Amino acid sequence: MNFEIILHAGLATGTILLFAGIGEIFAERAGILNLGVEGMMLLGAMAGFSISLTTQNVWLGLVVAILAGGILSLAHGLVTIHFQADQVVSGLSLTFLGTGLALVFGKGLTGQTPPLIPSFDIPGLAAIPFIGPVFFANHSLLVYVGYFFAPLAWYYINRTRPGMHLRAVGEKPSAADTMGVNVYRLRYFYVFVGGCLAGLAGATISLAVSPGWYSDQTTSGQGWIAIGLVIFAQWNPLKAALGGYLFGALRRGILDLQGPALLFGLANPLYINSNFSFFLKMTPYILTILALVLGSRAAIKKRLGAPAALGVPYIRGERGL
Amino acid sequence: MPETPFAVEMKDIVIRFPGVLANDHVNLTLKHGEIHALLGENGAGKSTLMNVLAGLYKQTSGSIKIFGEPVNFNSPKDAIAKGIGMVHQHFMLVPTQTVTENILLGLDEPRFFMNLAEYDQKILALQDQFGLRVDPTAKIWQLSVGEQQRVEILKTLYRGANILIMDEPTAVLAPQEIDELMNTMRSMVDQGKSIIFISHKLHEVTAVADRVTVLRKGKVTAEGHSMEGLTKRDLARLMVGRGVIFAVEKKPQEQGAVVLSVEDVEAENDKGVPALRKLSLAVHAGEILGIAAIAGNGQSELAEVITGLRPCTGSIKINGKEVANKPPIEAIKQGMAHVPEDRTGVGSAPNMTITENTIMKCYREDPIGNGWSIDFTTARQRARKLKDEYDILAPGVRTLARKLSGGNLQKVILAREISAQPQLMIAVQPTRGLDVGAIESIQTLLLAQREAGTAVLLISEEMEELLALSDRIAVISDGRIMGIVNADEADINEIGLMMTGTAVPSKSAEAAG
Repeated sequence: MNFEIILHAGLATGTILLFAGIGEIFAERAGILNLGVEGMMLLGAMAGFSISLTTQNVWLGLVVAILAGGILSLAHGLVTIHFQADQVVSGLSLTFLGTGLALVFGKGLTGQTPPLIPSFDIPGLAAIPFIGPVFFANHSLLVYVGYFFAPLAWYYINRTRPGMHLRAVGEKPSAADTMGVNVYRLRYFYVFVGGCLAGLAGATISLAVSPGWYSDQTTSGQGWIAIGLVIFAQWNPLKAALGGYLFGALRRGILDLQGPALLFGLANPLYINSNFSFFLKMTPYILTILALVLGSRAAIKKRLGAPAALGVPYIRGERGL
Repeated sequence: MPETPFAVEMKDIVIRFPGVLANDHVNLTLKHGEIHALLGENGAGKSTLMNVLAGLYKQTSGSIKIFGEPVNFNSPKDAIAKGIGMVHQHFMLVPTQTVTENILLGLDEPRFFMNLAEYDQKILALQDQFGLRVDPTAKIWQLSVGEQQRVEILKTLYRGANILIMDEPTAVLAPQEIDELMNTMRSMVDQGKSIIFISHKLHEVTAVADRVTVLRKGKVTAEGHSMEGLTKRDLARLMVGRGVIFAVEKKPQEQGAVVLSVEDVEAENDKGVPALRKLSLAVHAGEILGIAAIAGNGQSELAEVITGLRPCTGSIKINGKEVANKPPIEAIKQGMAHVPEDRTGVGSAPNMTITENTIMKCYREDPIGNGWSIDFTTARQRARKLKDEYDILAPGVRTLARKLSGGNLQKVILAREISAQPQLMIAVQPTRGLDVGAIESIQTLLLAQREAGTAVLLISEEMEELLALSDRIAVISDGRIMGIVNADEADINEIGLMMTGTAVPSKSAEAAG
């Protein structure tokens, strides 16, 4: 059990949840719940991998992955914003659609090796003891991007004019509408942003952090964890980043705990038999549920809850939101 | 433009929604520097007409001129650009954002980065100019209703609005706040603004307006009439189309035994803040006890603890039986009837029929319920009888509750509650938002309950209603009883003072009631 390795891996895999979670935060802050994250991620992972393989250009692959997620999300936008249909049903269908498309077009990609997004050390910083090897050494470019992305997203939402409009559209669309803000256009835009980030999260898996195409095992439910993470993070990008890293480290840590190997020179008390590891693997998911319960309780008290208009279609002239 | 004295000229406006003619060739002119009242019952088409002027809806036909210039609005942004600002009846504010953020919402400046402190200063300067005080850094949810309204007004002023539309601005205010608002309106007119003031309260219109336009069922019945020589009675006739009795008759009556006794009750509101602090009161058979309080001072929570919808400490007894912290069915078994504040969310099931809504209290018993099944034939017969008795206007008893107007829905709720022959009735804002005709019938029903010996707890924000119906009035501020006064000796200014939390010594002694 080596903490340096666990934390290093936590940052890497946490970046996946960071992008997907912050994307979902953008959509939800605008009032649109998109449960299609898993589907958009998988499509992004497949599209990025496939384009990078066929063109031998990883950057083109990255752009296509982002667009694939974004374009797929517009289907959700059309159904929920234009036709004002139920967001839960539409989001679930989007997962099926995205997963289905990814699996069909991803046939035969398994085992291939496309160019990947480069990993490198940050000169100077990598030499700092403990901090260096964990944060600044041998990470993919996307992990470093993630470090900046969360604070920037936070600043954008809370301290800029477009961010203020975003919050207004999700909290009280009628107020935004009467002040001349185009509610529909903004909602479409942020659903698209959310989709793009989900696509990026998918590419983070297939082209950077755990490269390869393993059909639906590529994402293995991380899209759902990202949605839980949004609630855990109380719609705050900084907390989403922290939560993402935490879950990442946890998943890596469990790998060490499930084997018969020695822990700190002692026999592993958690190793009972090889079947027991299934229970250990459940812990991140169980913790997701726990975090949801505890997080939402605290949020109600502090009035930090969900955007008030989340999940409610906006129709001009209807009373209420 | 001195040739055209009119700030707004709306001509032959027709607004048609699917199946409804909301405005039928309506004319309205607003002179520069006047307060123009737009009067009409609910559903007369006042708000619809003003939403067209504010750019939210588009007229089917007709023309609009602003200071003589023909305009065609496609969105609220166009209307704002022409100097039109609307203060909506349901505040258009984002609760989680600050006052300044709400005022800046939708503007092009600041472009990207926001230095809120700088804009806070600008807004303070604007507040000084019009005497509208409110902390620019406060979040909207922390503000009182009166303060929120000031933010709405500031929003329009910050955009340089010359023409203000105020949609029933007094509906949510306490008496003192209404006076303050009227002063603000006058000061805005003095500074060159023109105001359209929507209301269905006649005394306010006579108090503040220069001219009046009256709408009835989408048609103009008085066009830009000068207020001189117009009485409340004239206005009411124009509005309703018939004479209206203003003061419902209240016969003197002996009060009976205590039916409801509330002792040392404490409860929290939804935000976890104390809403009731050691509150005690008693309601007797055959009396109406009015509760006067500014919105958000614990009166809603009081109704909820009595009806079993909110946990509390202390004791609540109906006919001597403890009902505090018990499920609502316990209070109902003791003869409690509830006319809740939220008619569509709590008072009725909007997607169920009139029949189903009227049996919600008696479906467990004969003759409606027998064991596992409900006898809908009997239920429908019963509903038809109630529909005639309470004069509920609907195509039939299978009509869904959500299709009813506010007044008719309230009659359905009252029909259900009164037909259970209650001993105690909790009525919260029973006439809020209803038009003159419906108010009259609801108030008459409440007085009939009093005569039948029911103890009635009436929570209302309408001072006139409290004075007209109540035997005694308890004034609540910040979850405490400030005093209890007899309605026939009540002094409205004294009650207003107590509502704002100022103790009036001569009255506090009687608070034990």
